[in-house]
Amino acid sequence: MTDLPEKRVCITGAAQSQVGRPSQRSALQLTADACLAAIADAGLRVENIDGIATYPGKSSEGGGIAPVSPSEAAAVLGIEPRWILASAEGFSHMAPIFNAVTAIACGLARHVVVFRSVAQAQARARSRASTLMAGPRERVDGNNAWTVPYNALSPINTFALYAQAYFARYGATEAQLGAIAVNSRANAAHNANAVYRNALTLDDYLASRVISSPLRLLDCDSHIDGSTAIVLSHRDAAADLRNPPIRIDAMGMATGGLWVGRHEGDFTQMPGAIRAARMLWNRTELTPAQMDCAQIYDGFSIHVWMWMEALGLVSPGEACRFVEGGARIAIGGQLPLNTGGGQLSAGRFHGYGHIHEACVQLWERGGGRQVRGARTCLVSNGGYGYGTMVLRRD
Amino acid sequence: MVSPPARKLPRLEPDTAFYWTCGADDVLRIQRCGDCGTWQHPPLPLCAQCRSEAVAPETVSGKGRLASYTVNHEPWLPGLAVPFVFGVVELAEQPELYVFCNVLAAIGHVAVGMALTVEFERHEDVWLPMFREERA
Repeated sequence: MTDLPEKRVCITGAAQSQVGRPSQRSALQLTADACLAAIADAGLRVENIDGIATYPGKSSEGGGIAPVSPSEAAAVLGIEPRWILASAEGFSHMAPIFNAVTAIACGLARHVVVFRSVAQAQARARSRASTLMAGPRERVDGNNAWTVPYNALSPINTFALYAQAYFARYGATEAQLGAIAVNSRANAAHNANAVYRNALTLDDYLASRVISSPLRLLDCDSHIDGSTAIVLSHRDAAADLRNPPIRIDAMGMATGGLWVGRHEGDFTQMPGAIRAARMLWNRTELTPAQMDCAQIYDGFSIHVWMWMEALGLVSPGEACRFVEGGARIAIGGQLPLNTGGGQLSAGRFHGYGHIHEACVQLWERGGGRQVRGARTCLVSNGGYGYGTMVLRRD
Repeated sequence: MVSPPARKLPRLEPDTAFYWTCGADDVLRIQRCGDCGTWQHPPLPLCAQCRSEAVAPETVSGKGRLASYTVNHEPWLPGLAVPFVFGVVELAEQPELYVFCNVLAAIGHVAVGMALTVEFERHEDVWLPMFREERA
């Protein structure tokens, strides 16, 4: 397995800009803040960076979901890239990371900065409808044509179908699902960059309003303005840098389901996530039981259950009972989960907050939320496309 | 008083127009492969099962079961009438052959697994397939 491309690549730096709701800084300023901080964190200079990538690129549509292109980021940072990529396709938000891994492994680049910038709070401040699925055109096309005419105007409506199917099949309860939001908020209290840090009880959760049953307001992540960046380096160049290298022990990816409009299974699982997880565990000697912590995608709380089951952290139908009461998933529990607050409490970075938090844990920067002795971290990413990594510090 | 927002209608595209207009004949049509017999939705230019291009719309029973649903309470746009039920129906013709819809039923009565039958709601040149409870 040593010749797999990800075995040749390490994460050497990670940083976030300030996070605002909304921010007073532009998306490009926030991008520069995060990228410069990540490069400095790695112990590198801007001129060492020869590749840059982002998800998803730049678009004037989508309500601030795609505010910065890699070329304008390179221009403002003064990077002269030999390799550059924007990808909204394929394995969800992790696609630029996987592509950067292959670029580094085959020698096209040595040090790549990968960023994810969002300006959704600024867009929502201008128009509350800016983040809806309906789009600006007179009529809707593509995948959204199947749902938007039925006034399913938010992704919550489709993911609520998964939650309801899961509840019906396994007899899961609202209190069990609420354990995800409560755990995230408890962890966010120790994350200065989290957007929601005030205490949250299960009663608060159960009192929050239902948006699309069975999902409540507190099952939803939050739109923010900010940027997260990581630096990926060839392992031969990583050893002498500032931080202990974080190895990408394995990566897994898949497409399918809602992303391509074909629905598989019975809506209690994400078959694409299961395929991504199968690829992941085929590329490492490590097992789910050896993960010291996990940063599991939580665009909506229900994603966490489906990803946990897909990744083999628990058996199908068991995630609801595993998280119940919160003790097993808390810092110090059997499987500390979303230790920085996840997207539910720390804001919607489309998985890059999760990757950043994995680095925080493995570099032992977690302070009050640090998982003692964390050396392995499982990361998963996406609800439409699916990406996952095992990160490891020696 | 804000008037309810109009539904954002689907653009009629070459592969999909038949689905959105079959209600004019008061029947539901789904794309089927003439070679291997597989139904598929959304429609595609070839059969994802056997790659045949002999795919064409075919009339289905319009019956199915509610695979899952959600009651939407959030007025995403000013005047949007809530609550309403958004659901996914598994059509009787084939396992995992799904279509999205609004379920036209009393909210307290909606349940996973309930038997449904199609009913069309016309808006301009589009007949939106909706589903209501199938009575025995």
